[in-house]
Amino acid sequence: MLISFIINGKQAKREIAPDTILLDLLRSMGMKSVKCGCDTGNCGLCTVWLDGSPVLSCSVPAARLEGHTVTTLEGLQEEAAAFSRCLADEGADQCGFCSPGLIINVLALEREIEDPDVNQIKEYLSGNLCRCTGYQSQLRAMMKYFGKSQE
Amino acid sequence: MYTVKHYCMASSLDEAYKTLQENRNNILIGGNLWLRMGERRVNTAIDLSGLGLDTIEETDEGFRIGCMVSLRQLETHEGLHEAFGGLFKKALCPIVGVQFRNCARVGGSLFPRFGFSDVLTAFLACDTEVELYKAGRKKICEFAAMPVDRDILTHVLVRKDHRKVDYRSFRMTETDFPTVTCAVICKEGRYSAVIGARPGCARLVEDVPLDDPQDAGQRAGFARKVAAGLDFGSNMRGSADYRRDLSCRLIMRCLEQLEGEVPGR
Repeated sequence: MLISFIINGKQAKREIAPDTILLDLLRSMGMKSVKCGCDTGNCGLCTVWLDGSPVLSCSVPAARLEGHTVTTLEGLQEEAAAFSRCLADEGADQCGFCSPGLIINVLALEREIEDPDVNQIKEYLSGNLCRCTGYQSQLRAMMKYFGKSQE
Repeated sequence: MYTVKHYCMASSLDEAYKTLQENRNNILIGGNLWLRMGERRVNTAIDLSGLGLDTIEETDEGFRIGCMVSLRQLETHEGLHEAFGGLFKKALCPIVGVQFRNCARVGGSLFPRFGFSDVLTAFLACDTEVELYKAGRKKICEFAAMPVDRDILTHVLVRKDHRKVDYRSFRMTETDFPTVTCAVICKEGRYSAVIGARPGCARLVEDVPLDDPQDAGQRAGFARKVAAGLDFGSNMRGSADYRRDLSCRLIMRCLEQLEGEVPGR
């Protein structure tokens, strides 16, 4: 089946199988920031934006994309730079495997909630698993990025 | 890995229903979070996302929630938050993460009557009806007890009735499946409770006597009476006895919250 959608601001058309998952479609299009971590819809590593909302691309049927807009980290390079610096400053990059999913989710939080409180930050952080268990440093990086006191 | 032979973006509920009846391996696709993890050989996946069923309509009387509304929409809806004291936020926030809840749909969460469902527990705690395409409107208690058939849940209707509700769940770790879910309802001085993840489907226990909710002994007695009216089972998350005890503790904490004795979590 043929689907037509917008990916990172550009119109795209792709022929897909009925059971194609968005994650696989994006990787086949060269979007390698989108990775499959747990394969059970839990880890957040495959996070992309669908019409501006963060979703798990490992669970979204690609057939559902028709007429919709997908954004991956490749389309958010400039926005991502500032938070990436906070991650590095707080030593939260560690192995780096979970970083793309976390970064795009933090940028979604920034767009959804203007001035998130610590509970809203933690709520968003809970959707991204880190195999290095670097949650405290990630939380520090997020607090720093959103200009929150870390006391 | 599941496979899908055909994908049907339904143009009407009638088309979706007819396609669903044509083959046992034709299925409705919601958030696709469960389906994709199985080994099912799907003939036709039927998608309702083009039918405008992704909105929450609010009136003075209540809410009409489409089956394709995401759990995140429920959790962040100000009207629901105001009408039920944060019930949906408390119930849904512990479910995995924001991205998961943006994918998971109300219909897909309710229709299979999952035992672990925080969503079913929360709706059972309200005056809720479900609208089924063929069977029409059913009280959610009746729906929860019905066998899973091949109808389509199109809407959930929740009435505003000024009830007070508190919700708790116990999880082995944050964002895990719940070991027990619990809601306590106070309406016009009468108390009811919903217990889910027993591990069976959530059940409502209505109008259990509680003369003086300020009295800790009476609250404990209320909790024991609710638990005594339910069957509990064992699985990897806990034994039946453990769940029964947890349920009593959660009910008592909900009652304390409703009576203003403790701050919210």
